[in-house]
Amino acid sequence: MTPHILKAEDEAAVADILKQGRPVEIAGGGTKLRMGRPVIAEHRLDVSALSGITLYEPAELLMTVAAATPLAQIEATLSQHGQCLAFEPPDLSRLLGSGLGGSQTIGGVVATNISGPRRMVAGAVRDHVLGLRAVNGRGEIFRAGGKVVKNVTGYDLCKLLTGSFGTMAVFTELTIKVLPAPETEETVALSGLDAAQAVTAMCQGLGSSAGLSGAAWVPAVNGGDSLTCLRLEGFGPSVEARRQRLMSLLTGREAAVWPAHTSKAWWRELRDVAPLAGLEDRAVWKVSLPATQAPAFLQKLKTLGEHQVVLDWGGALIWVSLPCGGDAQAVNLRALLPPDAFAMLVVAPPAVRARQSVFQPRPAAQTAVENRVRQSFDPDGLLNPGRMAPVV
Amino acid sequence: MRMPDPDEQVIGRRRQLVEGLRRIVPGEGVIVDEESLTAYDCDALSAYRQRPLAAVLPETVDQVARILKLCRDLSVRVVPRGGGTSLSGGSLPVADGIVLAMGRFNRILDIDLANRQARVQPGVTNLAISKAVDADGFYYAPDPSSQIACSIGGNVSENAGGVHCLKYGMTSNNVLAVEFVTPDGDVIRFGGGYDQPGLDMMGLLVGSEGLLGIITEVTVRLLPKPETQRAALIGFPSNRRAADAVGAIIAAGIIPAGMEMMDRPAIKVTEDFVHAGYPLHVEALLIVELDGPKVEVDHLLAEVERIAKENGAETCVVSESETQRLTFWAGRKAAFPAVGRISRDYMTMDGTIPRGQLPDVLDHIAELSEKHGLRVANVFHAGDGNLHPLILFDASRPGELERAEEFGADILRKCVAVGGVLTGEHGVGIEKRDLMSVQFSEVDLVQQRRLKDVFDPQGLFNPGKVFPLLHRCVEGGRMIVSQGANYAFSDLPRF
Repeated sequence: MTPHILKAEDEAAVADILKQGRPVEIAGGGTKLRMGRPVIAEHRLDVSALSGITLYEPAELLMTVAAATPLAQIEATLSQHGQCLAFEPPDLSRLLGSGLGGSQTIGGVVATNISGPRRMVAGAVRDHVLGLRAVNGRGEIFRAGGKVVKNVTGYDLCKLLTGSFGTMAVFTELTIKVLPAPETEETVALSGLDAAQAVTAMCQGLGSSAGLSGAAWVPAVNGGDSLTCLRLEGFGPSVEARRQRLMSLLTGREAAVWPAHTSKAWWRELRDVAPLAGLEDRAVWKVSLPATQAPAFLQKLKTLGEHQVVLDWGGALIWVSLPCGGDAQAVNLRALLPPDAFAMLVVAPPAVRARQSVFQPRPAAQTAVENRVRQSFDPDGLLNPGRMAPVV
Repeated sequence: MRMPDPDEQVIGRRRQLVEGLRRIVPGEGVIVDEESLTAYDCDALSAYRQRPLAAVLPETVDQVARILKLCRDLSVRVVPRGGGTSLSGGSLPVADGIVLAMGRFNRILDIDLANRQARVQPGVTNLAISKAVDADGFYYAPDPSSQIACSIGGNVSENAGGVHCLKYGMTSNNVLAVEFVTPDGDVIRFGGGYDQPGLDMMGLLVGSEGLLGIITEVTVRLLPKPETQRAALIGFPSNRRAADAVGAIIAAGIIPAGMEMMDRPAIKVTEDFVHAGYPLHVEALLIVELDGPKVEVDHLLAEVERIAKENGAETCVVSESETQRLTFWAGRKAAFPAVGRISRDYMTMDGTIPRGQLPDVLDHIAELSEKHGLRVANVFHAGDGNLHPLILFDASRPGELERAEEFGADILRKCVAVGGVLTGEHGVGIEKRDLMSVQFSEVDLVQQRRLKDVFDPQGLFNPGKVFPLLHRCVEGGRMIVSQGANYAFSDLPRF
């Protein structure tokens, strides 16, 4: 079914459209329409016209942008001033098979709270949203947060709305914390470690004063060796000193040191989960758990048969790709999770995402509170209906 | 400071309430005698006091849940309390309510160094967490000035900051999970790691100032301790030059662990008190602290010194020993008591502004000082634009407290006018409640009130805090109370 497009030229138009009370699927760059459960709506609210950087003060460490500003434009502008988005937003277009590489918008990044390898030390998207303007399901324009880096005035709606997959409000403007980009980087790469050895090395590195900004493990494929990569970023003399610190921690292990350009390229591929992209008929899961429990989980995963994994965040994030079938093996995979771990189904055909719990099922009391919170923004369920939970 | 009118009927049911509380918490855990209750009359904002109906000190999550159900059934208001160190009146009691004090939840439940996290009860003090992991080379980063006494539960409720949050973030950036009891007595865990399974409810609860329920457990991130800490003490001929230097340091890609600024009155009063060796001829003083590997700290301090000189610094001393570094901080950390020494009372404000506005806002504060006839000393977390003007007054003189309040309100209005906010780290509490509509529109506040109503439709939790009383949005928020079902009062078009 092709949705009917409602194009909003500005914030007021978004409010006018929502006041008409029609359920809508929200789209900026459209790169994340395959994430979450399929939306049930005849209309698509196209907000791509809400684009442009409205305020950038490098010394204030923040940038205010219209919500559908392309991420590429933001990152290019920051780069000119030696700054970056510290949460390192991935481009999942290859993984999702959307064919829309490079066209994601900041609004989509915030709506999905998808953060890259640096999340472990620099925080997630949710830690960098300082303020916003948005339209709720009643068609009311509201603001939250502010345009300063430190603020505790009122409820932190910015965190609540980040990662809500457009089910509570349509972002129109976002104020994002920005930080100096690292002057340089290098990666210490260890070959041939198994998962348990890799997680031990990663936890050791992350718990040391070596100051890692990335710790990831890619297992052996096609007869090659596994790779455990530990990234160091910062000022030149500091990176050098911390590399020596790290090497002394890893005594007895053979390690290669990759210079900045090699390091950058490798981490960009990892960030985008490229090792698991481009395969047919696969389901891809994002599993979150305490890093030290990763090796035991990987052992259990073998009972599900053929699969591939990538470990990021020192082992606290596991991307799992397995044959999709009719159910993405949802029940079986979740049965293997340790307590307090959770799994999100990121890649699967719409029919599978409609049938399975894309987001980790939660206790009834928790779901009830979440639903009431969502209704307080969108009482009639007009915004991305079905995206996070089935329409009742 | 006006608080919601007490409900005489509720006060009349005090005996029934106390009997009910005693059935839940045996022994000494229910406090009703007048003398013992005085300890709960106020928090750190001691200009405002109120005797509660009772104070209750539960020891288990189950007791908390049962207390909350009892209070809901008897329509008794609940004021949560941690260490009682709030500077915004977050724990100020109400006459027809109880204080729910979490001090007996004082155990560290689990330290998981491999995963760099600790699970603690909310009554554990902020500093106790760092001390528990110190020997292993870790610490908990947010460091509010009251860290020796403030509880982690209070830190979570207020989203507490500290001098190092420029580099390491606020409480909300350093918490991984919370266990929470709703006003209905449901126990729920939110968060859980570096990701969220659903909505970021934890993000909402952190900083909700005790209005939504009771935090009963917190999982915090632990960080490896930095290898080296060194600080530079830099004097400037004007506030403007100091502010320019702060901007230039950040523009050079340096995020110091802390970057503090003091104006001339603050320098004078603290130097007289602690003799930290501060230069008395300068107009503004910066403390810039760097932490990390020694080579990095040395490298960046050289940069900071160069930038400071380019911006007209008159004096610059870099700490050569830990003793010297701590001496630099001694003055800054003694700023509040130092002011207390020269003034019977003082009031601390907490607005945040875009840092570039600093010189103009300081000029404006000086004008306001003349207008209101009250002295002021300024200390700030300069790196993030968080101001702490200290207004000096004497509450024993008629009208002076009111003048100080008006002075404070004028400062905060100016903060908002230049694009800033009312509070950077102390919370709204009762103190800035009536100014919320300066920063937020009615629609903004109604949306926030709706969230309050999701959790606490009876309005029993920490009443009189955060939201203005008798504001139209109060009614607006309450209309939509009934869990989204009461659409009749909404302005939403119907189909």
